[in-house]
Amino acid sequence: MNHAPAATPLTGDAGNIIEVVHLGKTFGTNPVLRDIDFKVQKGEVVSIIGSSGSGKSTLLRCINLLETPTSGDILHHGESILRGSHRVSDYRTHVGMVFQQFNLFNNMNVLDNCLVGQIRVLGRKPDEARQKALAYLEKVGMAQFMNAKPRQLSGGQKQRAAIARALAMEPEILLFDEPTSALDPEMVGEVLKVMRDLANSGLTMLVVTHEMQFAREVSNRVVFMDKGVIVEDDSPDVIFNAPRQERTRIFLDRILERN
Amino acid sequence: MATLPENFWGWVLFVIRQYGPLFLTGARNTLLIAITGTAAGFLIGLLVAIVRTIPLKPSTPLTVRGLVRFAQFLLTVYIEVFRGTPMIVQAMVLYYGSSQLLGWDLSAILAGILIVSINTGAYMAEIIRGGIDSIDRGQTEAAQAIGMNHIKTMVYVILPQAIRNILPATGNELVVNIKDTSVLNVISVTELFFMSKSAAGTYMRYFEVFFVTSVIYLILTFTVTRLLRLLEKKLDGPDNYTIMGSQTTPDGMIHVHHGDGNLAIRGKWGGQA
Repeated sequence: MNHAPAATPLTGDAGNIIEVVHLGKTFGTNPVLRDIDFKVQKGEVVSIIGSSGSGKSTLLRCINLLETPTSGDILHHGESILRGSHRVSDYRTHVGMVFQQFNLFNNMNVLDNCLVGQIRVLGRKPDEARQKALAYLEKVGMAQFMNAKPRQLSGGQKQRAAIARALAMEPEILLFDEPTSALDPEMVGEVLKVMRDLANSGLTMLVVTHEMQFAREVSNRVVFMDKGVIVEDDSPDVIFNAPRQERTRIFLDRILERN
Repeated sequence: MATLPENFWGWVLFVIRQYGPLFLTGARNTLLIAITGTAAGFLIGLLVAIVRTIPLKPSTPLTVRGLVRFAQFLLTVYIEVFRGTPMIVQAMVLYYGSSQLLGWDLSAILAGILIVSINTGAYMAEIIRGGIDSIDRGQTEAAQAIGMNHIKTMVYVILPQAIRNILPATGNELVVNIKDTSVLNVISVTELFFMSKSAAGTYMRYFEVFFVTSVIYLILTFTVTRLLRLLEKKLDGPDNYTIMGSQTTPDGMIHVHHGDGNLAIRGKWGGQA
């Protein structure tokens, strides 16, 4: 059977917010992602787990095009974002990102961090933008600190402000890249609580995390990655209680034993 | 006929009284050239640095890539040439060259401003590029992640931080320029050094005149340095911030003074307590 010529853009199911098709990524000659296939539907909370170097952060960064995939495709509502006339900056306004290192804009206070994208990228009116920013800051418990500069905040506060900044753009899906890994242990809880609330409110989320309890209790689906491939993609119940793959079991044994 | 002074301080007072207006005009021209030249040089440097930091991806069309590469090459040549030759020589070449080759009849002051601008631009380009490079990569990624393109990322996120970081180096450039405009006397720009030389020649009092000249240079550079420090402070913003009211105390405001650990509580809550 012949495949369609490569020039024809792939089209997938428009119901999937994100669909990753045969994605590959190499740094130099080193393959970090190999033949990745997976999708995220509206309203899903998907956790990606795996040891360091398994490629999970790279996968997330590919989805937001902070890394350019070497092969394969990424579909947004069934349309390729790598081919054709898709505007990268347009696409990114629909796909929010929360970073491990927060990356709040250091030259702005918390409120302006939540305003700049709305006003300068989405073109919202300042009044409307301010209203939305305050609503989302309230949601993450940071409205009181709207006048503070990033350098005046704790790690947990910074991360909550960064989540509000991403939410203010009202994306269809929010990507979290190990959002609690850079935090002091006593601050992990406040950020996870915000993320739980967001998940419960129906936000579509894709979370790269080392927090197994969060992955288990909050996600609809858990993806286990190892050495650049998806080993297992299933419900948290199956992954944590009855993994089908030997590698998943070994990883979880090691992680859970440590705790 | 007035008697001439007999000692050093006498001569100092004498030249100040005699040539005060000359010194003032010289100082004014020096400041004019140095400040305009540094400001223009800063803008040149900014543009050069932005072009030199355009990221080129394999996905960029070949023609665009070629064009950008070529522009970047020309700018590198500009930087190397103007950093690699003395300003006094640049002044001669540009002033006499523009008249001989292009038939321009530049006024000396305008030529001076032009030379200082182009020269400073070459240095500022490297200083600003360093400032841009020093900003954490995460800032760029966060800006891109909310949909900003290269220009918006630069204008709203990177440059405000980079410019703040390079202010001390920019201040250095201004101070250097205030002093180095003195080389423009070779093309007869009526700046402070040129004026001093004329003043000194009349009575052959080089020591006293140039003593006064150095004091004036010092006053200029010292004042400019202090003003720049103030600007740095202002750009850093206040060290304190205000925690707005919470649900339990809607009108409460807590002013947090960063550094001294003091809290000042205001509003309904603070008033009634």
